[in-house]
Amino acid sequence: MEPATQARLSQLRGNAPAKRHNARTVAALTGNPGCARRAVLDAAGIDKNALAAQVGFPAKFGQSQFAITRGNSFEAQVKANGYAQLVRMLRETLGLDIEEVGSKDLETVGGNESQELRHIRARQALQAAVEGREPLTFLDHPLLRLDVGGNNVYLEPDLVAFHHDGVLHVVEIKSFAIIDDQADGSKVAAAARQSAVYVLALRRLLGDDRVSHDVVLVCPKDFSNQPTAVKIDVRKQLIILDHQLTRLARIESLVELLPPGVSLDLATHTREELLTTLATMEARYEPSCLNSCEMAYLCRHEAAGCTSALGATVREELGGVETVARALELAAGRAVPSVEENDAAAMLRNTARIYGSVAPA
Amino acid sequence: MTPAFLSEQATLAILDDFRSGQHRGVVVDSPPGAGKSTLVVRAAAELVEDGQRLMIVAQTNEQVDDLTVNLAGRLPGALIGRLSGGSYVRSERLARLANVACDTAVAALTGCAVTIATAAKWAYVKDHSWEWAIVDEAYQMRSDALLAVAPRFERALFVGDPGQLDPFSVVENDRWRGLTWDPMQSAVAGLLRNNPGLPVHRLPVSWRLPSTAQPVIAPAFYPFTGFRTGTGPGERELTYTTTGFGRTPVDRVLATAASSGWGYLELPARHTMRTDGEAVEAVADVARRFLHRGTMARSGDKVEPVTADRIAVGAAHRDQVAALQAALADAPGITVDTANRLQGREYDVTVVLHPLSGRRDATAFHLEAGRLCVLTSRHRQACVVVGRAGIHELLDAHPSVEPVHLHEPVKFPDGWAANQTVMTHLEQHRVPA
Amino acid sequence: MSAISSYARALAVDGGRAFPIATRRHVHIAGEPLVLIPLTMAGEANAPLAAMVGTRRDDPALLIVPQPRNRDLRFAFADELAAVVLRYVEDRTRQGIETYGKNQDPRYLDAPQLLVPNPGGVGFVRLFGRSTRFRRTTGEYAVSPDVPLLGRWLSFLAERAEHPGSSALLPMTSALNLHWATGQSSLEDTNLAATLGWITSGPDAAREAEDPTVWPPAGPSTDPTFDNEILAPALRQWDEGRHERARALLDRDLRTQLEPTWRLMWQAIDLLRALPAGDSVDARWTEDRNEFTSYYMYVNSGGYPQPRRDQAVAAARRLQRLEREQTAFDATLALDDPLVMANYRVTGEAFAGTVVESEPDRKVPGDKGRRVLRPLLVVRSDDPLRLTVGTDVVSPGRRKQVAKILEIDGDRVTLQIEKGMTVAPTPAVGEEITYTSVFPEGMQSPKLPTAEDTPWTHGGPPQPYVASDDDAREVWE
Repeated sequence: MEPATQARLSQLRGNAPAKRHNARTVAALTGNPGCARRAVLDAAGIDKNALAAQVGFPAKFGQSQFAITRGNSFEAQVKANGYAQLVRMLRETLGLDIEEVGSKDLETVGGNESQELRHIRARQALQAAVEGREPLTFLDHPLLRLDVGGNNVYLEPDLVAFHHDGVLHVVEIKSFAIIDDQADGSKVAAAARQSAVYVLALRRLLGDDRVSHDVVLVCPKDFSNQPTAVKIDVRKQLIILDHQLTRLARIESLVELLPPGVSLDLATHTREELLTTLATMEARYEPSCLNSCEMAYLCRHEAAGCTSALGATVREELGGVETVARALELAAGRAVPSVEENDAAAMLRNTARIYGSVAPA
Repeated sequence: MTPAFLSEQATLAILDDFRSGQHRGVVVDSPPGAGKSTLVVRAAAELVEDGQRLMIVAQTNEQVDDLTVNLAGRLPGALIGRLSGGSYVRSERLARLANVACDTAVAALTGCAVTIATAAKWAYVKDHSWEWAIVDEAYQMRSDALLAVAPRFERALFVGDPGQLDPFSVVENDRWRGLTWDPMQSAVAGLLRNNPGLPVHRLPVSWRLPSTAQPVIAPAFYPFTGFRTGTGPGERELTYTTTGFGRTPVDRVLATAASSGWGYLELPARHTMRTDGEAVEAVADVARRFLHRGTMARSGDKVEPVTADRIAVGAAHRDQVAALQAALADAPGITVDTANRLQGREYDVTVVLHPLSGRRDATAFHLEAGRLCVLTSRHRQACVVVGRAGIHELLDAHPSVEPVHLHEPVKFPDGWAANQTVMTHLEQHRVPA
Repeated sequence: MSAISSYARALAVDGGRAFPIATRRHVHIAGEPLVLIPLTMAGEANAPLAAMVGTRRDDPALLIVPQPRNRDLRFAFADELAAVVLRYVEDRTRQGIETYGKNQDPRYLDAPQLLVPNPGGVGFVRLFGRSTRFRRTTGEYAVSPDVPLLGRWLSFLAERAEHPGSSALLPMTSALNLHWATGQSSLEDTNLAATLGWITSGPDAAREAEDPTVWPPAGPSTDPTFDNEILAPALRQWDEGRHERARALLDRDLRTQLEPTWRLMWQAIDLLRALPAGDSVDARWTEDRNEFTSYYMYVNSGGYPQPRRDQAVAAARRLQRLEREQTAFDATLALDDPLVMANYRVTGEAFAGTVVESEPDRKVPGDKGRRVLRPLLVVRSDDPLRLTVGTDVVSPGRRKQVAKILEIDGDRVTLQIEKGMTVAPTPAVGEEITYTSVFPEGMQSPKLPTAEDTPWTHGGPPQPYVASDDDAREVWE
């Protein structure tokens, strides 16, 4: 990334510390890649949760302590006793001829180690494992690094990798249930996207052929607390992620569109100032943002009266006309359509006539 | 090695495997125009010549009739049974053949060496079975349809094009996801998941597509297997007997199509309705212009005029097809149809309304790899795509939020990636309208 | 979603209230439906936390699990829920029985109808049915005999919910969204309070519905803030042995979470009941009664619990049936309701107009040389005509009278009546009439092999189900 862009982004963030990337935030780049607002806020490392609250549109996905507790205890259970349950599953469920020879937790011990050092330590351990120089089966919490839009970001080391026959596999431990061999498709998709981030980061570190595109998802089985494992092929997620990361160079052109000197520093700006600045970053709101983006309630508020706020299908069925008011004017024949609106206007007039002929008054 | 040699090698290997009796099923993946029907007819004929009887399953009445005609010609001494449903009206081309018997009851066709019917009709046949079967267009067949007909045969050859559209259902239900016998998947997908050891062959040479199609269609839609074209550079040629002045975008895109096998007529960016009037007109203009310019198609030494019946116009939606048909009312011989109905068909030139043209967003329907594959692989000479600027941006902004189901094999190619590949290529042949 | 419903959404945004997209009620609302609002505990696999349940709006029962992580307490809840559900099911059979068809098959006059707030509620019923139907009533991990029975009935209802047109288990949001278009997205429509807000009040009510302190979520998930600030301390009371105190707290707090939704459910029932029923609603409910009757008899004869997954033949059979039902449902909805038919008029699969010419006595030469009656009529329509010559069409008032399109000339459609001349008179000049190519039936499904004859292409015959100790144990580990 150009130093100028870097400086602009840092100015935008102000004095607040940059939010760290993790696999989830990197994976989110593929969630709504057309949204310039989200792209800029993420690139600048801005705390979107705090920002949304500050401007009066707080995000509504708090986390229940029950879910957090359950997630942590399940993960601890799977890793307990030297990954005993994990080994059993890799053998039994996945039929891998795996020998448990050793494991290494790469979590910081002392606490004052720099990220750079931790990353180097992780790289050395991973390389030693895949090259067979050190008998390691499990590597927990390796600190990985990924180039995101020209920025080297460290990923929260929330993963276990296991080594088998010179190839590393990513293990993703999740606490949603696999019931009768099925699980919530959107949760699995989210897990697959996150794993793909780790696979990509590991591949950049060790080479493509050293890291498998089959990741291992570990979840509770049926209604029990017993874990079960299933392989997930993340090749598609890798293609998309790779493409979107390459495209992130675009951030520079988005940043250039910002008025000079703007900042979203929560400490120094009023709500109105923040909203004015946010308004310079074009959002691409769609209803599904409500489930995934901290800024969604603000964006929905801004999109009020737009057909897009009703969903992509509705917008299309309203002839792609930008606003509800305009669509209804065209439908009622109260407005003269532009050349570009001709097709839509004809369709809308027809729909309105048919609706009016049968709808109760 | 010549394409003919490669193709023959592959065919021999397929027939060997099929006839060896070692496998209950043999699967043949075939890229567009790779001689699928030739293979089916040959496999059937060899069985008959060996004194065997067999059944053939195809998907549509038209496919059944095509095969019946070809087989009747290839096996003049054998009786071919054409089994049909009650509402089927025997086509004229069948009526003329002396060695074809048509009936709605299989019992009336017991003397036939080959019995051919659609999968839908076979599903109602009871109490008869065959040692040998050939299932044609098996990727268009749904797994539950195969379940209904499979008790009729001992072993079968499954032939089809994996790049085409997946079978469809009006029902949305995830309850069978992950099961190897998920009834919503294609017959071949289910067959291979339940019988992972079955041999899968592929036909290596597309005889239909021109050499210019290979660098696009192969990587976009057949990323792991690829294929080569039967003809090399210069063996196919499109010429125009009347001069275009080269000034209009339509003539320029025709020139591009003649020189490169591809043309991309790009209209200015705009979000439009599906039945974008301007785009529809542009597609119709291009198709009509092929006729008016007295287009000649050369393949090897053979030069033939590109008449209306050698031109197809394709689109994603039925309302688009209706609009295109209206716009081409003055050229009634030109085929205008949806991707679904163009499957398996072949023309000299095709003109395609890009499924993503004028759209604000892409749905799974619009991104389906099979749809674009069918639309861009029907031609022997050239394919012209018409679309509005902005398709690449649309693809870049497309959110990746598809659910992932456990134990379900990932399907390749990915529609989004295939669209990217095709678009990147088309942009090299761009003519702004 | 359709052009009509999207247009109605636009009208709703502009008018500040929901707009109708149906003039008839297309779901059956039973005289005595069983309303169920389940809540689950975050992070667990469908672990029940509480439920409000009952057939009378002024008398809901509140069932709670004082510590949802405790398996014994979960099954105590299942037992309590079973008491309500099984009594309700038994009561349906007391409404009497009839016989039908040439075999004089029995059919109860009533059937159970379970109403839940949203699709998540259907998911709860399905999973709770799954987690209880295999339980053993003897030996280690024994549960009350009612529990596996509850599991079967919940599983039955959840399976019925997959069938297009069934009213056996309805998510209320979907039932409302079938009849009204709100001024919000379909994603936001899954919030019951918001959807009802649009129907009965306006956008402000819908926004308020998103505030969990005003309108607690309609389940099964609870509001995380409620979890952290109210539920967690109450559960701690239980964990620390103060059971009575915990129960009292939970009873009070969960009631506050559930009661608003309970009121909304009955408000929604009133709204739906106020709509006149579509002509085919009764026939579809009859199908629900058929299914109920046969399952009731199966259960009483000691039948197995439903399998975990469909085997190959069962899967194919079910898909074919669902497809038939979907086609029939889509078509009868349109034939029953001009506002639903409007969708097909927009897409050109139907047209409405005025009969301008009619020849009821017209005869044409038939196949066997005899002249046969083929009445002719011409309809003038302003609708976009996309049907093609040769297409068969029917009219809502004349579903058995099939006409074929002979010619389309501008806004004039010429039709010839092909079948059912006697079931209704030929439409007369001046009559307003609608024709559509959307037929309620016609899809045939072939006979599939039996499960024992599952062919090799689909994995061969499956292993028959044998109950095992794993079945009994699975939820306890």
